[in-house]
Amino acid sequence: MESSIAIRMVNITKTFGEVVANNKVCLDINQSEILALLGENGSGKTTLMNMLAGIYFPDSGEIFINGKAVTIASPKIAFDLHIGMIHQHFKLVDVLTAAENIILGLNETTVVDVKHVREAVKEICNRYGFVVDPDKKVYDMSVSEKQTLEIVKVLYRGADILILDEPTAVLTPQETQKLFCVMRNMKEDGKSIIIITHKLHEVMEISDRVAVLRKGFHIGDVPTSETNAMKLTEMMVGRAVSLDIERSVPVNPKPKLVVKNLTVCDSDGINRLSNVDFTAYGGEILGVAGISGSGQKELLEAIAGLQYCQSCSSIEFLPEKGEKKQLSGMHPIDIKRLGVALAFVPEDRLGMGLVGSMDLTDNMMLRSYQDGPGPFADRKKPKQLAETVVKELEVVTPGLSTPVRRLSGGNVQKVLVGREIAMQPQLLMSAYAVRGLDINTSYNIYHLLNEQKKRGAAVIFVGEDLDVLLELCDRIMVLCSGRVNDIVDARTTTKDEVGYLMTYLKEGKTNHEQKA
Amino acid sequence: MTQVISLIQAAIVFGTVILFGAVGEILAEKSGNLNLGVPGVMYLGGIAGLAAAFFYEGNTVNPIPIVSLILTLAAAFLVAMLGGLIYSFLTITLRANQNVTGLTLTVFGGGVANLFGGTLNKMAGGVGQISVAMTSGAFRTTIPALSGLGIVGQILFSYGFMAYLAVILAFLVSWVLNKTSVGLNLRAVGENPATADAAGISVTKYKYLATCIGAGISGFGGLYYTMDYIKGTWSTDGSIEKLGWLAVALVIFATWKPKRSIWGAYLFGALFWLFFYIPGLTRSSQEIFKMLPYLVTLLVLVMVALRKKREDQPPHSLGVAYFREER
Amino acid sequence: MSKKHEVASREPLIRMSKRDGIPTWKSIGVRLIGLALALIVCAVIIYSLTKLNPLKVYAAMFKGTFGTNKRVWVTIRDIVMLLCIAVGLAPAFKMRFWNIGAEGQILVGGIAAAACMIYLGKSLPSFALIVVMFFGSMVAGGIWGTIPAVFKARWNANETLFTLMMNYVAIQLTSFFVAKWENPFGSNTVGVINQMTKAGWFPPVFGQMYTLNVIIVAVLTVAMFLYLRYSKHGYEIAVVGESENTARYAAINVKTVIKRTMAVSGAICGIAGFIAVAGASHTISTSTAGGRGFTAIIVAWLAKFNTFTMIAISALIVFLEKGAIEIASQFDLNDFVSEMITGIILFFILGSEFFINYKIRFRGGKKEAGK
Repeated sequence: MESSIAIRMVNITKTFGEVVANNKVCLDINQSEILALLGENGSGKTTLMNMLAGIYFPDSGEIFINGKAVTIASPKIAFDLHIGMIHQHFKLVDVLTAAENIILGLNETTVVDVKHVREAVKEICNRYGFVVDPDKKVYDMSVSEKQTLEIVKVLYRGADILILDEPTAVLTPQETQKLFCVMRNMKEDGKSIIIITHKLHEVMEISDRVAVLRKGFHIGDVPTSETNAMKLTEMMVGRAVSLDIERSVPVNPKPKLVVKNLTVCDSDGINRLSNVDFTAYGGEILGVAGISGSGQKELLEAIAGLQYCQSCSSIEFLPEKGEKKQLSGMHPIDIKRLGVALAFVPEDRLGMGLVGSMDLTDNMMLRSYQDGPGPFADRKKPKQLAETVVKELEVVTPGLSTPVRRLSGGNVQKVLVGREIAMQPQLLMSAYAVRGLDINTSYNIYHLLNEQKKRGAAVIFVGEDLDVLLELCDRIMVLCSGRVNDIVDARTTTKDEVGYLMTYLKEGKTNHEQKA
Repeated sequence: MTQVISLIQAAIVFGTVILFGAVGEILAEKSGNLNLGVPGVMYLGGIAGLAAAFFYEGNTVNPIPIVSLILTLAAAFLVAMLGGLIYSFLTITLRANQNVTGLTLTVFGGGVANLFGGTLNKMAGGVGQISVAMTSGAFRTTIPALSGLGIVGQILFSYGFMAYLAVILAFLVSWVLNKTSVGLNLRAVGENPATADAAGISVTKYKYLATCIGAGISGFGGLYYTMDYIKGTWSTDGSIEKLGWLAVALVIFATWKPKRSIWGAYLFGALFWLFFYIPGLTRSSQEIFKMLPYLVTLLVLVMVALRKKREDQPPHSLGVAYFREER
Repeated sequence: MSKKHEVASREPLIRMSKRDGIPTWKSIGVRLIGLALALIVCAVIIYSLTKLNPLKVYAAMFKGTFGTNKRVWVTIRDIVMLLCIAVGLAPAFKMRFWNIGAEGQILVGGIAAAACMIYLGKSLPSFALIVVMFFGSMVAGGIWGTIPAVFKARWNANETLFTLMMNYVAIQLTSFFVAKWENPFGSNTVGVINQMTKAGWFPPVFGQMYTLNVIIVAVLTVAMFLYLRYSKHGYEIAVVGESENTARYAAINVKTVIKRTMAVSGAICGIAGFIAVAGASHTISTSTAGGRGFTAIIVAWLAKFNTFTMIAISALIVFLEKGAIEIASQFDLNDFVSEMITGIILFFILGSEFFINYKIRFRGGKKEAGK
């Protein structure tokens, strides 16, 4: 292996407000090397790489490129230093062709020399084994084509150091193989490549070296040949931390929600969820684990009637009394009319769960404004509710007439959870309920969820912190690439097992149900 | 036959006014700025050109046509550009709402133009008394050898030079937008300013330039109207405003393509004057005929929404101010 | 959309960031400063045009607007007209639906009113006729407003451009009826309708011609305020305007709300057309709306959908128009000076919005301007 160092990052620290995203991280990248940057959600991988790409600027620390100290103040400077980053969200203009996207902003010639670009693209493609049609419009491209285009764009601009942020998250296994092939070719050509990923088998397959981040700290790096998936999982998730979250044994669990064969396609026609089967029981908390973008959002939204599900899907709701109700294919309006008390704390608090510009009272009535006779909305009850929520959940706010946008993240979440719980739900779904909250508020939220569980509601808790999932939930369903990889008993499983299930889809697994 | 020729001539003359307006507006909209101030900048261009000619002819002993032409063109372009600059400053730098700012510009432009137009009329001794005969004549000069070529000459060569300038500008803008690096960057700014920004393109600079130059081009529409269409006079009857809105309609009709706006402009002109050539129409049904350009535009608008063809859609960020730190 | 960019090493001279909110008194203060600056700029322009003391000119404007009892009433008539349209636009704008089509909605309302006066003027008693005119205009305006909403809800057709085009269809429609109802023949105007019988004219109330105009618009203003602030519909409009995602989450039928709200918006603009015909001009022409449909957009936008604030802004704009016309006639300028002054003042008020929505920080200084 060549030992000359392409990039050296020394003591890089970056904070966002109170949160320390990177804490004195030191990292070296060699020439002609594929380095895998591994870590859980929120471990600071993308932030670290964004500082190389000129998107963020470090609070402290130094960066050396080929031994020279550099200041990367903008994406343009990063280009000039031959660093190119392929973001998870592609930065492409849809109505332009591949070639036009490649030369965007370069102003090489006054009149666009399409012929020259075509040839240059062809040359790059031949060298590394890509296939890009320079005249194809981006909106006609598949995700994998768009990604290829991003890589070619970066190479055209002369990048020697490529950073790929979770490139395989959106690819099929075949496409992933093709990408890896290209990556190997680029390595042969002397380029340094950093790949950010959660998927262990891919790390093992493609990388020369692995660097692991956890909660903003650099845990260490190891040559890939000297490690294995289990060891890496341990580095990534760390030792289990005891959180002392209360957890009662489910009393008389009855099926509340039976989901069968749930399949959801996105607008590009890609399956975000495939044949998901599970049952949520009243009186228990079902955790949902998975790396981000594994279909958690789609799962909850499909149940809430906000996602179009394929016709094969079945979402049956079994109320306390009366007949079971089919929710698949229903709009939120229909679900409401059926009288299903379904509470949903979505991930996007201010973009979906609440209206940022409205005050607490008005946000309280979002679910109930239709109640009561007459054309005018009753604001007395929502006001009382707002008062109750503020008092009981200790929401810090100047007053009830403050727009919720002006509250801090934790208080926004309390308002949202408070409202949803107030509807006495039979089914409560929450997505990343404690993201960005301090410890105390988090415990408050756990407590509220536990109360709902004791009331007999079925609680679905989508989480990202494995320690919390392990201690709060009764069972954990692990999603991997839109499939249910397994459903495990939270009391007996280990952090490593869940971490492994999140990143490694079982081969030929059947989506069977495990009884609680 | 003569009727057909005269319809075509009327259509082309009428179309030229709105073609200038539309080509300028396409340039602005391609940068993501929906400038509803087109009628305003056309007003500004018209009055500036007229005033320049008026004062040049009035204050010079031996006015030279070519000097007068250059003066009027420059005045029209610059003053209309100033209108665009006001709009740009408010919407790009101060991020004021584009629709409201555009409408205000239309009110303002109309006010300024008619105020000075009225004053010019008074200085000249009454409505229709403004005498810029020489300059207006220069605008309406045709090439005798060509315009005398029978039918072909009548249809193709019987107009002042600005009718051809409009077509040339349409082709030029089309070429810049589609073939040059600058045009590519501009289209990216209008479609996806965040991506353009990330690619190192100065979004602000492109928006300012496109909007201001676009306003200047639109201003030529007003100039053509005053100097050629109504032969160097000024009337405060609000026709420029009507034409300005028709130019906005033409942008939609042409689905933001300058070349398509050329025949679109003539089609609008023909539709607008069609009633004149259909015998037996009552005055009231003539008015229904004048509705045609707008109805056709509505039809195109609906078709574009229905067909969802990406090339025909408005620039994606049209009407939205760009703020880098907005998440 | 884009990730937050932070470039710390080369901080630009001026940095701005979005504000979360600003106390009401400050936002009013900023607007007043904008207004004051605008008046100064106008004063400079007036001085350079007329060489007169601008203060005297402003005094003349005031006299022109409020000088005589009759002038006061004409001013009030024009204020309520503009206010009525702005009130109509309020729900659409609150829903973030760009209804640029008030001009057209007013005209079709006016056509409906005029048609009733012409065809039913002899057969219906005066009171019944006015009621029929009222509803006729309301329905006509409502339909005109719903058409673009249907296309928006169903196929997502751009409503700004659609409503804009609908204006011109309505203008031609008006021309059609003007030609059809022409009186006397060859005048190309409809003339004053029912001049002798005054059928369909607003009767004087309390001895004033325009009392009914004021009453109708006052009722609409209060009703719209209540509708937007306290009704279930108003709540839905606010949620849809803020975020369609949240609206769907809250089980609101977004398409229905769009169509219903535009029907309401168009209907009130239609009523404005009815008032213009029955309560002011007693005729119909393409200038019945007279650009007020556009001016009202600016009023509604600046008032941030609060119908009571609209009263003040309508009054300001009408005052400027009247006053400018007055100085124009006194100082031998033409009427269009009012449009120019209105334009300048609106530019400044629009510009001042920036300082309400954004914070500005200069390089070096830690202090945030206007904080």
